[in-house]
Amino acid sequence: MKAFSELFTNIDQTTSTNEKTDALVNYFATADEQDTIWCVALLSGRRPKRTVKTSELWEWSGELSGLPTWLQAESYHIVGDLAETISLLLPPNNETHDHALHDVINDLMDLANKDEQQRKAYITGMWKQFNKQELFVFNKLITGGFRVGVSDKIIIKALALHYKIDENVVAHRLTGQWVAQNNTLKALLAGNDNSVDLSKPYPFYLAYPLEAAPEELGSIDDWFIERKYDGIRGQIIVRDGALFAWSRGDDLLTEKFPEFHDLVNILPGGTVIDGEILPVRDGKYLPFHVMQTRIGRKNVTKKALQEAPLVMVCYDLLEHNGIDIRHLSLQERRLMLENLLEEIKKEHTVPLHISPLVNCNTWGGVSAQRLCSRDHSCEGLMLKRKNSEYKTGRRRGDWWKWKVDPLSIDGVLLYAQRGHGRRADLYTDFTFAVWDGDELVPFCKAYSGLTDKEMAEVDAWVKKNTLDKFGPVRSVTPTLVFEIGFEGINPSPRHKSGVALRFPRILRWRTDKSAKEANTKADLVELLNIYGIGERK
Amino acid sequence: MLTFDNCGIYCAQADIYIDPWKPVNKAVITHAHSDHARIGMGSYIAHEHAIPVMKYRLGADIKCQALKYREEIVINGVKISLHPAGHIWGSAQVRLEFKGEVWVVSGDYKLQKDSISAPFEPVRCHSFITESTFGLPVYKFPDPQEVHDDINSWWRKNQEEGKNSVICSYALGKAQRVLAHLDTSIGRIYTHGAVDNINKLYEENIAALPVTQRIDGSVNRKEIKGAMIIAPPSAADTPWMRSLQPYKLGICSGWMQLRGTRRRRGADRGFVLSDHADWDQLNTAIRETGAENIYVTHGYKSIYARWLQTNYGLNANEVETLYTGEGLDDTLDTETGKE
Repeated sequence: MKAFSELFTNIDQTTSTNEKTDALVNYFATADEQDTIWCVALLSGRRPKRTVKTSELWEWSGELSGLPTWLQAESYHIVGDLAETISLLLPPNNETHDHALHDVINDLMDLANKDEQQRKAYITGMWKQFNKQELFVFNKLITGGFRVGVSDKIIIKALALHYKIDENVVAHRLTGQWVAQNNTLKALLAGNDNSVDLSKPYPFYLAYPLEAAPEELGSIDDWFIERKYDGIRGQIIVRDGALFAWSRGDDLLTEKFPEFHDLVNILPGGTVIDGEILPVRDGKYLPFHVMQTRIGRKNVTKKALQEAPLVMVCYDLLEHNGIDIRHLSLQERRLMLENLLEEIKKEHTVPLHISPLVNCNTWGGVSAQRLCSRDHSCEGLMLKRKNSEYKTGRRRGDWWKWKVDPLSIDGVLLYAQRGHGRRADLYTDFTFAVWDGDELVPFCKAYSGLTDKEMAEVDAWVKKNTLDKFGPVRSVTPTLVFEIGFEGINPSPRHKSGVALRFPRILRWRTDKSAKEANTKADLVELLNIYGIGERK
Repeated sequence: MLTFDNCGIYCAQADIYIDPWKPVNKAVITHAHSDHARIGMGSYIAHEHAIPVMKYRLGADIKCQALKYREEIVINGVKISLHPAGHIWGSAQVRLEFKGEVWVVSGDYKLQKDSISAPFEPVRCHSFITESTFGLPVYKFPDPQEVHDDINSWWRKNQEEGKNSVICSYALGKAQRVLAHLDTSIGRIYTHGAVDNINKLYEENIAALPVTQRIDGSVNRKEIKGAMIIAPPSAADTPWMRSLQPYKLGICSGWMQLRGTRRRRGADRGFVLSDHADWDQLNTAIRETGAENIYVTHGYKSIYARWLQTNYGLNANEVETLYTGEGLDDTLDTETGKE
């Protein structure tokens, strides 16, 4: 724990990517083998199942600190992080003991089979053996979510440096469902660990937003233009008589998508398709939120299957007949994908659509097509170089996304709440309202889009203009106006305003506008009528 | 005896304000930070060490009366005296007594000893006005000596890596505190002009500080290597600061206790060093006054007042003021505007 806690501190104390990489390399070189693989698992979001409840952590730590519940809650609102709050509230320890990281994790996992008395004894016992920083890391192990500003890219780079393996190979080995227990990084990266699984997806190739005019990309003849769908980016994998559906977030979602289950008998073994998973009805793609509810549920209801069955809009083929073909050109891969789909469609009806090419002869034509993206329920266009190979992670050069400008509306700041993480203790989570006659109706929450300087200014303003406090939330004098941008708008009976926005964020602070000049509910309804796609009643 | 109005904390019997935020005839000033010592008062009463800074910042022609600690003056029957607050040099708590009733206005204070300001002295009173900047149990500041050791080892490490070390801290108070604890055997120490100006006032009036070099036009930036530079927070992210590259940035503030604020400031290192009282210090200070009535100003005032009521059974009330305490994002830091 000491070494891991120091690594955590070193990473946390720098903003430099190189220093973070160095800290990791140093840790890989010096720490225990069983610890280093857990380190990679934790930093890449593979945390063990949680075995202690939040309420238990509050209760037990409250007994040690002697602080009342309300004061624990207030502290949490300000710190914005459960593990950190508890580590700060616990009494300091004069003597500390070290425990191996993997031992601590195994002990924590074992708590699943223990009763409350035993769990309490273990946790409170450990709380008396760590210094503040170790306490924080220990609590993070319990609550999960190691957000330390280490991207997958940094982990991959550090592993590649330490083990002297190509970064692309490391990236591939790190995807999917490997386990840290009884495993080592050496075995995992060599591809011969005992957890190698058929389900392993390829690292996704991701595009950056287009930065310059499309004309600068050269001749349009070198490019494929596709639409950019608003669904779940995923891979469908069929290997050795088994089917797997992965999302880009490295989540295995096979069970959530029964629509694809028959493909196991249809697609040839050794097939990996990359595409966008979307709900469809009457031949029309539906907005993301229609599918969102089912992702969250444990079981997919019959109703959901009937009302909004899913399809994959396929745009790439990564593995064909068991062979990794990512090095081939997109043009070749696409041809193989088209042939494959055509072949199986002769005999079967499958939930697989090819992502159609948008035919344009000039960049001007592309620009025009981009503007009608919303007519196709799309976010914009994808520009892909025909001779591009399928790369690893987010890369510039060959693939670009070119989204349409967001829709926007001017809202009045009505409520402010303290943020989390680096915005903790600042009022930065906002609720905005539009006018309905003389009344202000809340229509969305947003917390990103302001600069640090603006955040500090708004925070100071909120503190001076508070009307009322409800726990961590403050209502403020309706004065400040912000332009809110969003990708889509849909009807929602759950919201007072009757609409739900997709990806709302602050575009800018309209210091030039008074509250009276903000938009109205009628303006929202108008946008809804133009761009909204209704769910069936 | 004291009331709060839209100009500040008022004593009607003596017709005098303490740390007023609007121009009034007569003001007692707890300390020279800009949210407590403001411009435009008819006359000022303050500790003798606060007055040179006030004259420097508010104008040489302001009308001042200098007091020593525990020296008593009487205005219309009200006995007024100043007592060490330990916040910065020349900082004071104001004690007011009238017909046997005693009030203490603490201004900003800390119980930690910093070796550059007179240590805090508890003053028995009936009513105590306290700040609450860090009035939350998550704020438990480490032993300052450990922090100073950390700063020195950080400086040494940066130097080994061929980098300068820049510490951002308030020009008045914190800068002298940090400077006084630097290990001068490590290397050269430079200052931003805003810090140097205040250092000079400290040295003229109180004591010598380690030798420093002011970074002005005569200094060749290329010669600044592996050095320590002390700058006000407002210098962060300016061309002035960038000219010191390569450097590592450290911030000294009580807010650095929280990981979120540390990361938001984008500092390479956050040092938990504050001139305000943390949770334990506040609780200790308040109990030692023996006061029954506590007025809680700037900070986590509603939370802290509730704690005093429920845990100690004190008659605690929160009071709105325009004091800002230790600003994290420094919107108040006019003290650096001089440069």
